[in-house]
Amino acid sequence: MMIDAAFWFIVVLTLGSACMVVLNEKLIYSAIALLFTLFGVAALYVFLWADFLAGVQVMIYVGGILVLIIFGIMLTNRITSVNISHTSVQKGIGGMVVLGILFVLGVMILNTPWLHTEFVEPAQTTATIGTLLMMEYLLPFEVASLLLLAALMGAAMLSRRDD
Amino acid sequence: MDSLNTYLFIASILFSLGLFGVITRRNGVAVLMGIELILNAANLNFLAFAKFGGMNISGHIFALFVIIMAAAEAAVALAIIINIYNNFKTINVDDVQELRQ
Repeated sequence: MMIDAAFWFIVVLTLGSACMVVLNEKLIYSAIALLFTLFGVAALYVFLWADFLAGVQVMIYVGGILVLIIFGIMLTNRITSVNISHTSVQKGIGGMVVLGILFVLGVMILNTPWLHTEFVEPAQTTATIGTLLMMEYLLPFEVASLLLLAALMGAAMLSRRDD
Repeated sequence: MDSLNTYLFIASILFSLGLFGVITRRNGVAVLMGIELILNAANLNFLAFAKFGGMNISGHIFALFVIIMAAAEAAVALAIIINIYNNFKTINVDDVQELRQ
């Protein structure tokens, strides 16, 4: 009962702040709302027994990407200008298109015979993830490190101001 | 509450909101926020199927790779946005139509 209430509270928090992200007129408020959305998604990961992923979500999304986004807002607007805002265009037609897509997705979810297996709570997620990364998913793991290196160098080179 | 459909519905609503942000916002950074919402929705689906659909820990690893890719994407996208701002003095994605000045 208690856990149900917590679950629905987190769902409402996540989706409500996601609405704020896309609807708020002030860009910096959107960024703050994104913080709550990312925390809510991390909490949903905990409900899905993905404790390690929840930690990774908080560290990388909240600690990394969100800070980067706020940096982006600050660097592309003059701090002194009070109106760090942005316009949305064609809200009506965009909303209709998105509602149509949401409807199609909902019908698809309800009509698909999903494979349901007996779920057993994993004893330890972090150790298993580590083993799998070093055994079965070694190549994607190494490619991911290469991708991160390339992205780091590319971002540093792109954003450098050439004198 | 603890069913696959619940999580799939939450993820599809999150995806729709992200898509709405991407198609209606005109600020480059705001478009990026919409993309982050979409990636989070995809991750939620991966983890829901990991728990209920028998993907087990492999689903967690896919979600981990999505997060890695999102970090790389955010860094490069913000570098591009800052470059666009330096060149055009705007980050309205509708005003940026020329490849060179």
